[in-house]
Amino acid sequence: MQDALTIAGKSYQSRLLVGTGKYRDFQQTADALDASGCEIVTVAIRRVNLGQTAGEPNLLDFLPKNRYTLLPNTAGCYSADDAVRTLRLARELLDDHRLVKLEVLGDPNNLYPNMRETLKAAETLVKEGFDVMVYTSDDPIAARELEQIGCCAIMPLASLIGSGMGILNPWNLQLIIEQAKVPVLVDAGVGTASDAAIGMELGCDGVLMNTAIAAAQDPVRMARAMKLAVEAGREAHLAGRMPRRFYSATPSSPLEGVISSRKG
Amino acid sequence: MTTLIINGETRQFDEIGTLDALIDTLDLRGKRIAIEHNGEIVPRSQHAHTRLSDGDMLEVVVAVGGG
Repeated sequence: MQDALTIAGKSYQSRLLVGTGKYRDFQQTADALDASGCEIVTVAIRRVNLGQTAGEPNLLDFLPKNRYTLLPNTAGCYSADDAVRTLRLARELLDDHRLVKLEVLGDPNNLYPNMRETLKAAETLVKEGFDVMVYTSDDPIAARELEQIGCCAIMPLASLIGSGMGILNPWNLQLIIEQAKVPVLVDAGVGTASDAAIGMELGCDGVLMNTAIAAAQDPVRMARAMKLAVEAGREAHLAGRMPRRFYSATPSSPLEGVISSRKG
Repeated sequence: MTTLIINGETRQFDEIGTLDALIDTLDLRGKRIAIEHNGEIVPRSQHAHTRLSDGDMLEVVVAVGGG
């Protein structure tokens, strides 16, 4: 596979990971995922609605098993204990599934991660054999500790979850990318295609997003835009951008042979 | 009467035997669910062998859309 993204020993052609929340219905979810070209999709784990589930469609029926790798998350968990319990349930639900997205939140308003609880949960999950992709603040020290614990991917926020504010601190992101030996993915905060492209140009291995697609006026079209942006950003990163020249322009056209009305 | 706490809700049942029987009672047969019983995951293969007692706590979950 050319320029594959490898996470926990499995290779993926797409570097765009997409969440399944907030779409109009499951059909729109499926259409957007299809347009995005993604291979890894996140799902949440929630209590079943007792007594009113008869005939209710199930998300999993819209996610063909042979096409998508599911990434159960711990969204909504505020303690290491709840996150670990949720992912043990996910493992049972998805037939001994190991690849998970850990996120432990610290505040219901800004959804910022609680790093103390995140680190604690990561330790337990790695010990229990999970492949942990971990949502983290863009703190390079926390990122390094998560990698040392054995997380298989580090996923710093670009900005707050669902905010669409884009990459607020490219410098921190770069510090994390430069030191990491496991894939680094931007998770959360992407608002539009250019945000995804910038993340990839910085050297991220992938981008995970949900709201940027689901809350677009036309989610399926935005999904395609994101696919192209991630690809374009990756190509630009690999191509190596030209150096920035501050305070000095250089023409692209030859200096000689310009016609002139000047005499002599 | 047996009292079970399912997904944080207290529910009373005339008679309750195994977890497998409860799945029928709750009309969850055939659904993709996972169950935690008093804090421990119960593998599907053990549903029929897991006896429920008064005051047991259960979490029953499904996969839903999320990011």
